[in-house]
Amino acid sequence: MAEKLLEMTDIVKTYNIAGEDQVVLNHIDFDVERGEFVSILGPSGSGKSTMMNIIGCLDVPTSGRYILHGKEIANMDQIELAHIRNKEIGFIFQSFQLLKRNTILENVELPLIYSKIPTRERHERAREMLERMGLGNKLDFYPNQLSGGQQQRVAISRAVVTQPSILLADEPTGALDQKTGQQVMELFAELNEEGRTIIMITHDKHIAAHAKRIVKILDGVMSEGVTEDA
Amino acid sequence: MLRESLKMSWQNIIQNKMRSFLTILGIVIGVTAIIALVTVVQAVIDNVNEQFDSVGANTLVVSAQGTPLKQGLTDKELEEIRQIDGVVGIAPSINATMNVYRNGVVYEDVFIDGKNELFFQRNKIIGNGRAFNYLDVEQKTNVCIISGEFQKEAFIGENPIGQTITLKGIRYVIVGVADGSDNSVMTLMGGNTTDIYVPYKNLMDLSGQNRIYALEIYMSENAKSTKYISDAVKQYLNTAFNNKEDSYSLIVMDSLLDMMKSMQSMLTTALTAIASIALLVGGIGIMNMMLVSVTERTVEIGLRKALGAEPRLIQIQFLTEAIMLSLLGGIIGLMVGLGISFLCGAVMNIAIHISWGAIALGVGFSGAVGIIFGFTPAKKASELNPIDALRSV
Ligand SMILES: Nc1ncnc2c1ncn2[C@@H]1O[C@H](COP(=O)(O)OP(=O)(O)OP(=O)(O)O)[C@@H](O)[C@H]1O
Ligand SMILES: [Mg+2]
Repeated sequence: MAEKLLEMTDIVKTYNIAGEDQVVLNHIDFDVERGEFVSILGPSGSGKSTMMNIIGCLDVPTSGRYILHGKEIANMDQIELAHIRNKEIGFIFQSFQLLKRNTILENVELPLIYSKIPTRERHERAREMLERMGLGNKLDFYPNQLSGGQQQRVAISRAVVTQPSILLADEPTGALDQKTGQQVMELFAELNEEGRTIIMITHDKHIAAHAKRIVKILDGVMSEGVTEDA
Repeated sequence: MLRESLKMSWQNIIQNKMRSFLTILGIVIGVTAIIALVTVVQAVIDNVNEQFDSVGANTLVVSAQGTPLKQGLTDKELEEIRQIDGVVGIAPSINATMNVYRNGVVYEDVFIDGKNELFFQRNKIIGNGRAFNYLDVEQKTNVCIISGEFQKEAFIGENPIGQTITLKGIRYVIVGVADGSDNSVMTLMGGNTTDIYVPYKNLMDLSGQNRIYALEIYMSENAKSTKYISDAVKQYLNTAFNNKEDSYSLIVMDSLLDMMKSMQSMLTTALTAIASIALLVGGIGIMNMMLVSVTERTVEIGLRKALGAEPRLIQIQFLTEAIMLSLLGGIIGLMVGLGISFLCGAVMNIAIHISWGAIALGVGFSGAVGIIFGFTPAKKASELNPIDALRSV
């Protein structure tokens, strides 16, 4: 049996809205093994982003156990969470979230700065990553000088450059046209081939279909979907 | 890591040039004011002190009107004061205005000052020629020293040394020219500007006075105590004037100097306090800009946190930016302030010294303003919840 990278047991997340507790994640059990490509599929308001925040260690569950790469997350403080995010998670956002004022090379270097990698090694790794993504000739470009697809490739470079345990993508194709979205999905498949674990959150079942495993979420309840081999 | 912070801060400041400039304007004005005020005031005070110091220390200034029955002091009494323990010399002062004749030209109401040789030993004002000596005074030699002003008036393009002028029908040989202004305490305290100096005994004869009403008493540098000597002088004068009130006044220059020094420090403190208000206002400007900046960059902060930036790091970055902004203001203010100081110095014709104290004050103050007013916004940034921050897109 493959190594469990992520183990969630009985996760509950409630938000207190106007004095009333609203359950957003309702007793979720969710495991991911190393090398998997999972998509979490669900309609708007179903709790996908909440799920992603907890997986990504941006937030902690109200109750339940969450073990990521052998570490119990639930009781960590802000500083420990920051370190875990830096080391274990590579975020990819719908709207890319690149720093406009920095070159794409600097953007990719950013998480390496936070892991205190020395300057030269940082440059090297960021440059190599961007070259792999076919952006080697645009290192000094600013994000707004690139197309949406290129920007998302920069964002993916930034997510992968730290060699995280998990790539965590929230609607990674949401801001892209169909063709570019397709290319990003191919890139994901490629990264997964190389052994990278990917969790992708989407409301689009065509996009979700690119994953090897689909989990559905509805009103905070998770159910295992059909497993399709791409 | 610090280098990254510095770089990021600089980029952010440069990116918003206009806004950054307006933000630091308060600091610039505050520091400019501090530097210019402190430097110029210091220069003016140094200038005055220098003049006072040349005559001031160990000097008693006596003005002895006397009483209707006994006016002023006689030569004999001066000699007795001279004998008081600790007194090393006396410079009597007597003056008059009279007409001066030269080559058939009359200069009317010229201000004549009678002095002795000691006066010129204490006040190095001879620019050309020589001062009076002991014999000139004791033997009432007919010599005089003219001021630079009088030279300009009466001896255009001529060397006055060796030439003569006539006072009350008596020819006086010019032996020296006084350079610039007379630094004597009496002149500093609002007397007339002297045109011609003659030995004081000569002037007593010329003006028909046989009493001295003003004198400077010089005390030994290693005198036991200034107070002891001034008390002895007072005692002598009390006896001489029969203990009559208001018959004389005596100023101890050392205490006058002390007073000036304390006035100077009061003035500097007051000016600094005023300038600090400008800095305070500047600091509030910086805080405002930083708060706006935090709000504007909510998403960026959220992203940085998602990528693994510790809260502390975010705080350092914003604090760095605030400090950089205010230091930038401080440095610009420093330059402008020094520029204004030198300009003032040129206009007022006094020497300006760059005071390290003022520089440290300006830079230190602006740095402190950055820390104090940058702290709250930086703290706020570091406490932003990355989820809320990222959601706001
Ligand atoms: N901070 C919060 N405070 C209160 N309620 C929240 C908070 N965040 C999310 N919710 C609620 O939790 C539910 C799930 O939200 P979530 O953002 O996870 O949905 P989603 O599946 O990502 O939807 P979408 O596809 O529209 O992004 C929603 O009803 C939302 O109102
Ligand atoms: Mg969402």
